[in-house]
Amino acid sequence: MNAPLPPYVGQPVKRREDFKFLTGKGRYVDDIKLPGMLYMAIARSPHAHAIIKNVDLGPARASPGVRLVLAGKDLDGRIGPIVPNWIIPGSRVPFRPVIAIDRVRFVGECVALVVAETLAQAYDAVDLIDVEYGVLPAVTDETAAIRDDAPQLHENVAGNVTTIYRVRGGDYAKAAQEADQVIQLRIANNRLIPTCMETRSVIAAPDPDDTLTVYMPSQVPHMHRRWIAETVGIPEHRLRVVAPDIGGGFGAKMHLYPEELLCPYLARELGVPVKWWESRSESHQSTSHGRAHTETIEVAIRNDGTILGMKVDTLGNVGAYLSNMATGGPTVNTVNFGTGNYKIANYEATSRIVVTNTVPVDAYRGYGRPEGAYIAERAIDAVARHLNIDQVEIRRKNFIQRTDFPYRPYGSMGTIYDTGNYDGLLEKALAAFDYEARCTEREALRRHGIYRGIGVAAYTHMCGMAPSRRLAMSGFDRGGWESARVAIDSSGRATVYSGSMSQGHGHVTSLSQIAADVLQIPIENIDVIQGDTRQVQAGHGTFNSRSMAVGGSSLHVCSQQIVAKAKKIAAGMLEVDEKDVAYSAGQFSVPGTDITPLSFAKVARMAYVGHKLPDGVAPGLDETVFYDPTGMSAPSGVHLAYVEVDPETGIVTILDYVAVDDVGTLINPMLAQGQIHGGVVQGIAQALYEEVSYDPDSGQLLTGSLLDYAVPRAEHVPNITSLFQETPSPTNPIGVKGIGESGSIAAPPCMVHAVLDALAPFGITHLDMPLTPPRIWAAVQRARNGANQ
Amino acid sequence: MIPSAFGYVRASSLANAIDLLRQDPEGTRLVAGGHTLIPTLKLRLASPALLVDIRGIADMRGISIDDKAIRIGALTTHAELLASQQLNDVFPIFRQTATRIADPQVRNRGTIGGSIANADPAADWPAVVIALNAELEIVGPTGSRRVPAKDFFVDIFTTVLEPAEVLAAIHLRRPTLGARFIYRKIRHPASGYAVVGVAVGLRMEDGLVAEMSIGVTGAASHAFSGDAATRFLMAKPLSHESIEEAAKLVSEATECLSDRYASAEYRASLVRTETKRALLSLAA
Repeated sequence: MNAPLPPYVGQPVKRREDFKFLTGKGRYVDDIKLPGMLYMAIARSPHAHAIIKNVDLGPARASPGVRLVLAGKDLDGRIGPIVPNWIIPGSRVPFRPVIAIDRVRFVGECVALVVAETLAQAYDAVDLIDVEYGVLPAVTDETAAIRDDAPQLHENVAGNVTTIYRVRGGDYAKAAQEADQVIQLRIANNRLIPTCMETRSVIAAPDPDDTLTVYMPSQVPHMHRRWIAETVGIPEHRLRVVAPDIGGGFGAKMHLYPEELLCPYLARELGVPVKWWESRSESHQSTSHGRAHTETIEVAIRNDGTILGMKVDTLGNVGAYLSNMATGGPTVNTVNFGTGNYKIANYEATSRIVVTNTVPVDAYRGYGRPEGAYIAERAIDAVARHLNIDQVEIRRKNFIQRTDFPYRPYGSMGTIYDTGNYDGLLEKALAAFDYEARCTEREALRRHGIYRGIGVAAYTHMCGMAPSRRLAMSGFDRGGWESARVAIDSSGRATVYSGSMSQGHGHVTSLSQIAADVLQIPIENIDVIQGDTRQVQAGHGTFNSRSMAVGGSSLHVCSQQIVAKAKKIAAGMLEVDEKDVAYSAGQFSVPGTDITPLSFAKVARMAYVGHKLPDGVAPGLDETVFYDPTGMSAPSGVHLAYVEVDPETGIVTILDYVAVDDVGTLINPMLAQGQIHGGVVQGIAQALYEEVSYDPDSGQLLTGSLLDYAVPRAEHVPNITSLFQETPSPTNPIGVKGIGESGSIAAPPCMVHAVLDALAPFGITHLDMPLTPPRIWAAVQRARNGANQ
Repeated sequence: MIPSAFGYVRASSLANAIDLLRQDPEGTRLVAGGHTLIPTLKLRLASPALLVDIRGIADMRGISIDDKAIRIGALTTHAELLASQQLNDVFPIFRQTATRIADPQVRNRGTIGGSIANADPAADWPAVVIALNAELEIVGPTGSRRVPAKDFFVDIFTTVLEPAEVLAAIHLRRPTLGARFIYRKIRHPASGYAVVGVAVGLRMEDGLVAEMSIGVTGAASHAFSGDAATRFLMAKPLSHESIEEAAKLVSEATECLSDRYASAEYRASLVRTETKRALLSLAA
């Protein structure tokens, strides 16, 4: 491939990091082998809810190769408890020990640990740990957990509800009175397992200088450094967190898990490296799950399709304890966005956070925004179906208009959509989809007993949580900023240190595109360093679609500072006034004169030899920026799906999928399409395939492996057309909006609408995800039987 | 996960493998492709004392074809069945079935004998060997015997194999001219196993059904033969009505499995739909 030329932003630059991955040279935590390393394995609770009566560690301690065996009481008061990072004000936070002490609350909760010389020895010893349980009644479902007679999980959480969160705008009660009709629907947002190719893994290694290095696949290395330091009791500056290559995160690798505290504790106690590696079946019962909501919705409408108001009740199942961000998802992240892309002046939402005897639920790609969009979209589609209005028309009629931005839905104080052009997205999507022709085809085929359906979904949300002081208001114990450092060497090449953290996204490519355009140096001359707290100054990492909008912006500003300083140095070298110096195409020149321009490399060399620096200019060309955005960006999109449903088998075939997204300025269209593809596939997965199941009585996890839990494969997903509309965001200097979560937000309602449209001739108006063939078949049977009666 | 410790022996011959099995039938497991056994060991759902690796037994490998009959060694992999041109010239159903089993990595190691002897209720080959009227060659301490495929499967993971017996080969007669076979499968989205799989063989003569066979997997505790439907259609012309009736007979032949993913009613409906569609495509 010919080397790309500047400007780089906007070009589909091929991923610079892929050679190592494609040649098997990626380095993941499990690839790291340290001398003298011991292995930790965890004994986990087989019960969803039980009192721990007795733990016998004797036989395990006597097992070959075993160095240490500990139960919860051995660690009580030494490390922990695990506390959430996001606590919505007013929440009741249950006590969560690192290892269960006297009671277990979900299948998979840690009850004891073994450290042994080999992994096999560690597993053998785990089998010998004998725990005597007194089994208690369990509750796994959020609607069951709030009943008066439900088993109670925590003494300080009455009724199993930790948090009640309310949003109000306008006057819903009045809107409902004035409405022609009020329609109701109840929807479930299925519980998912964030399936990363690479499961979690931790190695903690003591260094001779009394520091501790923790290798872990972390989306948020600096956050993990703080949390581990605080929870284990290690001075933060003595702790180094290294996140090497990561095989997917999707939110699951940004929380604080027991194993991430145990390995550092044990490594310090034993004085040797300690490793833990998570098997897939262990992952299903210990790594956070996603979604798990039930929503009850009312929509107050006029018969012409005008939506006067909406009322939403959300129950968010967060599992047995409050995980890291658990109180933020079903609340701020969900119901704030319940009105979607539509002008709905009167809105009233209540969200309750419910604990159950299940794996803790936390952020998973989109976190709350897929649930929010699902509320808005299922509601508007239901209105269209109810009033027999075309699904496109109803959206056009209620869309927020492009002249309305910045827009505060239902007069909200905190929720602001910066920009948007939803009609533009819709028209582009309809054209690419050939909507009219497909409608005609659908009607014609129905007469031959072929059931095709068209689904439409729009979405908008907010990402790149910022500014920092606003996070404080919602109880989020972190900042909204990101840091970047650009270090120019004496040859004029750059090393970029970013607090963002790629989990496969391609940040080396996209970040270097941003820096290269400002620095005006070839992209090959830029290296990107992430994921090592001893190298990268500070950061928050990658989540909430923030890496380009916040991380990229900080790098942009930092690169500008480099150029500003280089300009001062160049002015000194050229013996002219700084304001007369221009910088373009990598050359410092003095326009209107015959002074020979200076290259960036020459200026860089001068910065480091320091011989001819102007007064007041320090040597070096090395800048660091902590950038706190003024606001959040609001990406948006319209997606369309075309499906065929076989009513005899219930099988859904996806014939076409068109995504048109507005993610602001595109840095790399190819990487952007990759993000859309991946997100759409995960959204299709939620709509058609994935669902975590628990036995409602025993609380056993029924989808314990990938034999039962259906992660889609290539055969399950269609070709996806991904197009863009670029409306730059005014909230950051490069005009970008978040992208990573878009597909997983839009695809679930889009797919459900398409299937419901295909099933319309049967009179089916509602199905809960996932729309599996047996579930669709059963609905068709019910419809047919009903019709026969 | 990691299995608990076990002994490992490579059997030098079929007799050697049978001898090892006889010594400790409870604690010994044969391993060929290992695609069911190894995950089971890793999850510690089984902890046999000894694994006897039978992959080196030469006379359990390979496909031999003569004028009248075909012998498929039990150790033949799905990939070999998929690739064998000679076999697929006679029975294209082998390629059709093998391409619907898991993925290339699994097909490269998993064996037809393992699939049949393990008798997973959702495995593919049991339906196919029933529809092909195969005979299964079983070797044990007292010699060998042949069992028709439709009588081989007894219950979930249970066959007529005695504790020290080994499934050595699958025997097929060459089909009569004009006979056609098809395998239709609804895959479970997670496991890739059959929610229902229906294999059908059909030969028409003068517009009437002259030969017919049906093997069904996935639907019940074990693969079964749709004999009632065969009896019903024999010597009859195929019509939409007769096909409907035959498909109904197959779906009513046994009690279907019900699990978290699919109800018994759904499976029965799939058996009916897939049998009907198989017959329609063979009749076309």
